[in-house]
Amino acid sequence: MDDSRPTGSPYAPHTDEERAAMLEVIGTDTVTELFDVPSAVRFDDEFGIDARSERETRRFVRSILERNDDLVELLGRGHYGYYVPSLVDHLADRSEYLTSYTQYQPEVSQGFLQALFEYQSLLVELTGLEVANCSMYDAATALGEAATLADRVRETSGTRVLVPDLLREGRRGTLENYVAGTDLSIETYPTADATVDLAALEDAVDEDVVMLYAENPTVRGTIEERLADVATLATDAEALFVLGSDPIALSLLERPADVGADVVVGDASVLGLPTSYGMGLGLFATREDYLRQVPGRLVGASEDATDRRAFTLTLQTREQHIRRERATSNICTNQAWVALRTAMHAAVLGPDGLVELATRGVTRARDLAAELDELEGVTAPVHDRHHLREFVVDVDQAATDVAGALEQRGYAVHVVGEHELQICVAGVPEETLGQFSEEFAEVVR
Amino acid sequence: MTDDRVRYDQARYVEDGQYEPLLSQKDLTRVEIGNGNDADDAATAGETAAVDSPLPDDLTRDSLELPALSEPELARHYTRLSQMIYGIDSGPYPLGSCTMKYNPKFTEDVAAFPSAAVHPDRSERSIQGTLEVLYRLQDYLGRIGGMDAVTLQPPAGAAGEFVGIRVAAAYHEYNGEGHRDEVIVPESAHGTNFATAALGGYDVVSLPSDDAGRVDLDALEAALSENTAALMLTNPNTLGLFERDIEVIAEMVHDVGGLLYYDGANLNALLGRARPGDMGFDVMHYNVHKTFATPHGGGGPGAGPVGVVEDLEPFLPAPRVRKAGADDESDAASAGRTYELFDPDNTIGKVHGYQGNWLVLLKAFAYIARLGDAGLTDASAMAVLNANYLASQIEYEVPYEPFHHEFVASAGEQDAADVAKRMLDYGVHPPTTKWPEIVPEALMTEPTEVESKATLDRLAGAFNAVAEEDDETLADAPERTAARRIDQTTAARNPRLSWHALEESSGQ
Repeated sequence: MDDSRPTGSPYAPHTDEERAAMLEVIGTDTVTELFDVPSAVRFDDEFGIDARSERETRRFVRSILERNDDLVELLGRGHYGYYVPSLVDHLADRSEYLTSYTQYQPEVSQGFLQALFEYQSLLVELTGLEVANCSMYDAATALGEAATLADRVRETSGTRVLVPDLLREGRRGTLENYVAGTDLSIETYPTADATVDLAALEDAVDEDVVMLYAENPTVRGTIEERLADVATLATDAEALFVLGSDPIALSLLERPADVGADVVVGDASVLGLPTSYGMGLGLFATREDYLRQVPGRLVGASEDATDRRAFTLTLQTREQHIRRERATSNICTNQAWVALRTAMHAAVLGPDGLVELATRGVTRARDLAAELDELEGVTAPVHDRHHLREFVVDVDQAATDVAGALEQRGYAVHVVGEHELQICVAGVPEETLGQFSEEFAEVVR
Repeated sequence: MTDDRVRYDQARYVEDGQYEPLLSQKDLTRVEIGNGNDADDAATAGETAAVDSPLPDDLTRDSLELPALSEPELARHYTRLSQMIYGIDSGPYPLGSCTMKYNPKFTEDVAAFPSAAVHPDRSERSIQGTLEVLYRLQDYLGRIGGMDAVTLQPPAGAAGEFVGIRVAAAYHEYNGEGHRDEVIVPESAHGTNFATAALGGYDVVSLPSDDAGRVDLDALEAALSENTAALMLTNPNTLGLFERDIEVIAEMVHDVGGLLYYDGANLNALLGRARPGDMGFDVMHYNVHKTFATPHGGGGPGAGPVGVVEDLEPFLPAPRVRKAGADDESDAASAGRTYELFDPDNTIGKVHGYQGNWLVLLKAFAYIARLGDAGLTDASAMAVLNANYLASQIEYEVPYEPFHHEFVASAGEQDAADVAKRMLDYGVHPPTTKWPEIVPEALMTEPTEVESKATLDRLAGAFNAVAEEDDETLADAPERTAARRIDQTTAARNPRLSWHALEESSGQ
């Protein structure tokens, strides 16, 4: 079995006798007769894809992936490689979680619904907002959904969506596509020292603004210090204030509800997923006022016929399978299993573990920056701000040369300017950071 | 009759009017956050603890209150929850249009290879393995769908639809035909089609079917105009019927300058038998979590790659992967690159922050590489055989045929939703219900290729037993499941969406 190559699907259990018996019952001689496909569009060729045994397939895929270099990644900017506890892999990989689908039959899906309810509760606690859905695809698509929500709930006739000039292209570009079918237009506002330039923003805001977006921390790892003032600008213009963040940052930084955020988006997979080439989990939370305009699935508590508490997907009249072209979003399949993993990871850490993980992101980034700043021709951090888990470094040499030399030594860092590198400490053991610091010193010497 | 029903009580934890308690009922611990707090005062379950913050207090939250439980307690919590979930590994899961086929275990191991865990901002030179997997998967999918170019970026089927609609919009705009503002969608299509077209800013023109359950050509003729941007079609359609006139349909759409979109939800019916590209479709999405057996994960993640014909390739999202050195081979080789990322000339840009659901794509790649031509072709054959055999064994009427991988039976005088609830008592997952609406009290059933004849017989037994039962029994069902019938009205009328809301409503 182990080395056998399939001559049919290895996962279709039919014996020849069973096939024959089934065909006889149906009343046809061959399976081909069951296909009502006109000959003109029939495919009589082959794909040219060889079948493999399970073992051969594993070896095949492994041999390709081995062409990835094994580097220490000091990379972040929206995607992080935190250590994920073993419990998460082992429990989330239970096949009841993996092989079920959307909970259309809640009576046999209570476990998943409860886990998603607990995930929503985690986000409610972290954001201080009353409503969190049970997932969007990623931070970028969640931002896009926030804009269409702003468009639906706006009371003014505005069309402008303001985003920071530092916003990552992946998020900006996705947002552009989400609003392409609306009257909304995306504009940037300036930042100063990698945080909101409040004076410039004030000039940019007028009554045509329907949504104002900021991130905390920013893509450069800086922590915003005047979010409440940003919120006031939004409120005065009757625009929604949308804040981008993530569950680890939210464990320590100001609570979005306290600074006046109307919607929180971001990538929740900082908990639960290791680096996954950008695969994420879209966080989406908002005020109760907008409950009936929320995109995506919501799990609610109810009772069953024995009056026991039970969970179910609820308010489904917002969704595409009921409301079709008037739905709040087209999302169907989402990231439920990643949400499960995020909830598990948060539960393993507990409240103190979460706060400590965030705290470490501040202190380790601060310590590493201070160490690098000692080097001649190096300034770190470039921005005179507090930082969470990453910071920008200025080097005298060309940044690409330094990054290239570091890669030769087994380290990956971001190049963010001609002389600017960005370095992220998330998920990197302290000992490794020490080694990196030494290697960095040799490279810039 | 009892013998036909589930032969065991599912694991069930009942305590004080509820099933498994919430994590928050097991513990809530509040951590106070402050600059200068005594950090040695670590949190223990159920207490308040303090954490020393390295930031000024005006930049931090005051506190965080969440469960603090030990690992053994959590392992038991999540194991118990898992025992209150029915998955494909629990039994047959014939949820129509969702293609709930067995998810091979080895693909989880492949996705867990440490070499697969890379950051998206790595240099192309240092992630040649990842780029090669993506390149090969683009190629596999192109061959399977008969498409010239593929993007892997869309993270789900509906996201793939959105890419298709955005690509169509960009194509029309490029050709000076930005006035096209209508997308035609058959009445019986997936709800996502309507929602996607609307999200793209299009007016949705709904298309009725003919008496045989297929596209009504006269209605299509009437719907098509110089304002048509695209027709979105599933083939076989949601009744499982092949659109026999697909070539005529393609010609009609193309004659008015529109594009033909293929919704890949039902591709499992056609693997190796027919390809959307050969039928005249211009753009399609693939649901890899359906056709290529990646786990549905309780609702996701999936992946929805999009394939297009050559004319639409320049509009695909950025970036895609190609062999390096298209322009200068020696330059690429000296830079250590065999594969590279590139932006299509007139790209619509991004539809995901990065490159989509990489781990899902990796599992799909492994599945296709395992099955090859022989396995893929057999998958569709056995899927169609199973649907036909199952339909022949159930007493409910199946009004439309010849169907392929799925059929839509009618519960007749019974309520289809109640039929589904009662089927749970027989230890199987029920079909999709009440949709498509063209069949009264629809039971949309897709057994997939993975069920044996014996399982199909048992599944048919469940259908037939329920068909004989009275309305009262159905309305009281289910009675052998982890939870009994759940009150949907209360859930929607008084939304309680977090444990915070539960505390409020109980007056605590």
